[in-house]
Amino acid sequence: MQTNKLLTLIIKDFRLEWRNKFALGGIMLYLVSTVFVTYLAFGGVITMQAWNALFWLIMLFAAINANLKAFVQENESRQLYYYTLASAREVIGAKIAYNALLMTVLGLAGWLIFVAFMGNPVKDLLVFLLNMWLGVVGFACILTLISAIAAKAKNNFTLMAVLGFPLVLPLLLLVIRVSDAAVAGTPASIVAPDVLLTVLLISMAVLLSMLLFPYIWRE
Amino acid sequence: MVLLLKNWWKILGIILLIYVLAGGLLFEVPELPVLRQSIRNIYFHVGMWFGMIFILCIGVFFSLRYLAHANKVDDLKALAAVKTGLLFGILGLLTGMLWAKFTWGVFWLNDPKLNGAVVGVLIYLAYMVLRSSFDDREKRAKLAAVYNVFAFVLFFVFIMILPRTAASSIHPGLDGNPAIAFGDLAPEMRKIFYPALLAWFIMTYWLYRMLYRTSAIEEKIKEIKENQNFY
Repeated sequence: MQTNKLLTLIIKDFRLEWRNKFALGGIMLYLVSTVFVTYLAFGGVITMQAWNALFWLIMLFAAINANLKAFVQENESRQLYYYTLASAREVIGAKIAYNALLMTVLGLAGWLIFVAFMGNPVKDLLVFLLNMWLGVVGFACILTLISAIAAKAKNNFTLMAVLGFPLVLPLLLLVIRVSDAAVAGTPASIVAPDVLLTVLLISMAVLLSMLLFPYIWRE
Repeated sequence: MVLLLKNWWKILGIILLIYVLAGGLLFEVPELPVLRQSIRNIYFHVGMWFGMIFILCIGVFFSLRYLAHANKVDDLKALAAVKTGLLFGILGLLTGMLWAKFTWGVFWLNDPKLNGAVVGVLIYLAYMVLRSSFDDREKRAKLAAVYNVFAFVLFFVFIMILPRTAASSIHPGLDGNPAIAFGDLAPEMRKIFYPALLAWFIMTYWLYRMLYRTSAIEEKIKEIKENQNFY
């Protein structure tokens, strides 16, 4: 694996994103409208737990939307061309890295929009934001391989959701638990094992993606 | 006689299962509060869940082998194993729900172990959906194998590690392996529990073999038909 190839691939993804601004804009619009719908539905009065649950649900759907693009937006012949330039591991590595960066941006944007409408009950902001970052990066790491699989099918959004949901659930439960603690202001040392487990889960997903992707990229 | 020698393990399985059914329902069990006679379910509920894990391990083994050798037999075997695992997972869920109704008073409640069980069933149902989304045999086999390996690892993290970090769980086995650990079970129950595990392992393996062989025959018939049309 070569770093400069990896970087080139990531930069290529950024350029693509920039040229098709409507795709990113669509997800932003999705974020704003879902948050607005929840705002209207709850009438602005919301418990801490519901705040947390809604935030993560919205992030989950945004993640599935955003990550699906990874392999769907480029047609097969162009992907074939990439494979002549870089190895399969470089391709998936770059995609994961790019998706993680994209999700970081989306996560922050989503959080800002959410706070603007629903208020900010978070007591321990640092733990909350770190955990949120870990969570959205984890979504990207798990869903990128799923996106590679789903992109091969015709009904790819349905497939992405069906395959992705049960697999991100362990991660989702972990980050929601930590997030709950951060919202309530529980000392960080109590949730440290959960954070460690999240990191473990993410690294395992990345490792498996790297190992498994070479088998399917040619299909 | 040859037939008998070849199929001895199936006969053993049947005898064991009859023993477990009869012994499980009739033999003495210790009278514990709350659990009372419902403890007999341990031979079935735990046995089915273990059978599922056993057969899913076989499934992931064949998925890995498919990735290494691209032999379509391995794909059919992995599929048969997942199907068997799904059946036993659902049976484990149902027996568990029944047990929960009699001991906890409800069929379902929010608990890390119970959630893990549902997620497992969802993951493998998704595997079936994935397979049905592709017409091309090789493509389907490869993608299904990759998904199976990926899902298996994440699923095991979910059911093996996550419940142990949870603050509390109503389901037994927070700090170890329920029922399997030697001190957990009364001696008179071990006489049925260990044979029960073996019996469920044999049953899952037998069912998996049957599913695999029928699917292999179906494949063969399809191939022959395709060739006939071709010429």
